[in-house]
Amino acid sequence: MTNAELTKETVAGTAESAEKARIGAPSAEAQAASNVRRIAGMNEEGEQLSEINPVSSPLGGAAAKSHSHGAGAGIPDSSRAGRLTSYNAADFAPITGREEDWRFTPLKRLRGLDKVALDGAAPGLSIQKPDAVRVETVDRCDARIGSAGIPDDRVSAAAWGAFTEATVITVPADFAGTAEDHVTTVTLTGAGEAPAASHLFVHAQANSAAVVVLDHRGSAVVSENVEILVEDGAQLTVVSIQDWADGAVHASSQQMKIGRDAKLKHVVVNLGGDLVRINPSARFSGPGGDVEMYGLYFADAGQHFEQRIFVDHAVPNCKSRVTYKGALQGKNAHSVWVGDVLIRKEAEGTDTYEMNRNLILTQGARADSVPNLEIETGLILGAGHASATGRFDDEQLFYLQARGIPEDVARRLVVRGFLNEIIQQIKVPALEERLRDAVERELKAGAL
Amino acid sequence: MSTLEIKDLHVSIDTEQGNKPILKGVSLAINSGETHAIMGPNGSGKSTLASTIAGHPRYKVDSGSITLDGEDVLAMSVDKRARAGLFLAMQYPVEIPGVTVTNFLRTAKTAIDGEAPRLRTWTKDVKAAMAQLRIEPEFASRNVNEGFSGGEKKRHEILQLELFKPKFAILDETDSGLDVDALKVVSEGVMRANEDGTMGTLLITHYTRILRYIKPDFVHVFVDGSIAEQGGPELADRLEAEGYDRFLPAAAQA
Ligand SMILES: Nc1ncnc2c1ncn2[C@@H]1O[C@H](COP(=O)(O)OP(=O)(O)OP(=O)(O)O)[C@@H](O)[C@H]1O
Ligand SMILES: [Mg+2]
Repeated sequence: MTNAELTKETVAGTAESAEKARIGAPSAEAQAASNVRRIAGMNEEGEQLSEINPVSSPLGGAAAKSHSHGAGAGIPDSSRAGRLTSYNAADFAPITGREEDWRFTPLKRLRGLDKVALDGAAPGLSIQKPDAVRVETVDRCDARIGSAGIPDDRVSAAAWGAFTEATVITVPADFAGTAEDHVTTVTLTGAGEAPAASHLFVHAQANSAAVVVLDHRGSAVVSENVEILVEDGAQLTVVSIQDWADGAVHASSQQMKIGRDAKLKHVVVNLGGDLVRINPSARFSGPGGDVEMYGLYFADAGQHFEQRIFVDHAVPNCKSRVTYKGALQGKNAHSVWVGDVLIRKEAEGTDTYEMNRNLILTQGARADSVPNLEIETGLILGAGHASATGRFDDEQLFYLQARGIPEDVARRLVVRGFLNEIIQQIKVPALEERLRDAVERELKAGAL
Repeated sequence: MSTLEIKDLHVSIDTEQGNKPILKGVSLAINSGETHAIMGPNGSGKSTLASTIAGHPRYKVDSGSITLDGEDVLAMSVDKRARAGLFLAMQYPVEIPGVTVTNFLRTAKTAIDGEAPRLRTWTKDVKAAMAQLRIEPEFASRNVNEGFSGGEKKRHEILQLELFKPKFAILDETDSGLDVDALKVVSEGVMRANEDGTMGTLLITHYTRILRYIKPDFVHVFVDGSIAEQGGPELADRLEAEGYDRFLPAAAQA
């Protein structure tokens, strides 16, 4: 991947800047087209070559052809601020696939999650935790339910309407958990393929520190709502791993509410399943909040992995960083990354940056990447986004092989290096190893 | 002593317009310690020769042979050729995102030697070689060639040459795009790689200025896919003064 920067824009805050700026939302689709060729020695000065997307446009090549601005042709360019939220699925119109937030999703493969009846059995839970962390099963009337999130699409609302009991994980105030010794792991094992609803609530009380891992496995067709409440001064890491069996379908709306001077690290890892669609949304409830959102995905042939991020800056002096990286291999492997960041008028002093990079390893895979920044105040520290999709191609392979490195080692070297940037940010030692192994496994499977 | 021998090599590429012959019978033998310069007009096939020796899959060998001490190089995979002692400093080095220079150098060195280098001496060697080539230490943690300037890429190629110690080095326009100081630094790097005088060098260039540092034993003039003339270092000066006109078909001169 000669890393063609598909878009890179940085907006530094000044009082003079526009009342409201909406910064380009390119749909950076780089398909591994077979017609991208490099010609050795054909250029006068090759140093400037952007060899993946050789056309001079900022997107270039195959990517340029499918480049579109705003929300795309025929779709109303609505602000993220105006999106409907409701606990009631009936408030959302049936999904047609033309909506901005559904336009990339293969609806047929939702296998009924967009219908309102989700009466299958929810995934079974097994939990490992430090003694101090509390886990309760509560019914839907529990006062905490709904205090950190509200559905913003029909599939999430359908699950909200359908779940019978929720699991609440509470990290008590002042608990000082470490990533080495105090990880809470919730393993959710799919209970079959009848469409199901699931509800989790992760609650970090004031000034606590903890790591919570949601580990999804097995076969399921499930719509899940995860509420994450980070109270003032707490430091929470939530890792959601989707390591489903092949046919699984999983939609997960993960809504986070971050208190004053609290810090949340949210990590999404998509490895297995037929269709996985994760929507992490972060909201701040007090100044000084800080969210780091990481994502890692590895899509194989036929898999659809979609991640739609929303960071809603409605409070002054908060900070957000979004960093997602994905590798794709095999025919019709498809990833979608949409990063919506909204800086509202009252969110002065905001500091935000979002980035998505994709590495396409074989032909026939496709990555869509859409960063979207809306700024309603000029009084910010900084706001920027970057998105790039490139591919591992024959020229890179040749270069590495010409240095004695066998093909399989070369491939691993590139992918590992690329994804490692995310893995090492998770900082949960037990997970790092597992994720590195998972990447190796994916590579081996792809080498067939 | 080793010999890299190219015999009556015919190479073509498949283009959208069909098969296109590029090399039309190239014969050349390089012995350890010898430096051969290849000069010739743009598009005459110099890079094609270099890439074919290294095994780039684009180039199809229609006939002829390449052997290294009698062993069939054409039968070897690209990585095996490198491990056999062939090194190509590329005209257009490729960017490898996600792979740091440090990681890359160690992986390649391990592959070439068949065992991991001893960490302590290796780190020291890399640092020293980088310093001598005036490559800033921060490059060690940057991704291979990513965002490197033209000259930086070339220096990174020569860094590898010094560290991997091949039997034969093919330098494809390593001097192009270098400023005067960088040219000197890079030339010195090539000479260090050949300190003991046992490396064979095939140096592709358009300019005689690099030949003032790296003295060629032989100069070959490459025209339209074959060697049109051979001589000693004096031939290079003559080419620089006169150009390639006398080698080109009459029609082109008219
Ligand atoms: N992929 C390709 N498609 C079409 N033509 C090609 C391709 N690769 C090489 N060629 C052609 O082969 C011929 C030889 O190219 P080559 O790169 O070997 O020349 P060169 O002597 O190295 O030139 P220069 O001095 O400009 O580097 C040229 O005419 C070039 O256009
Ligand atoms: Mg050339």
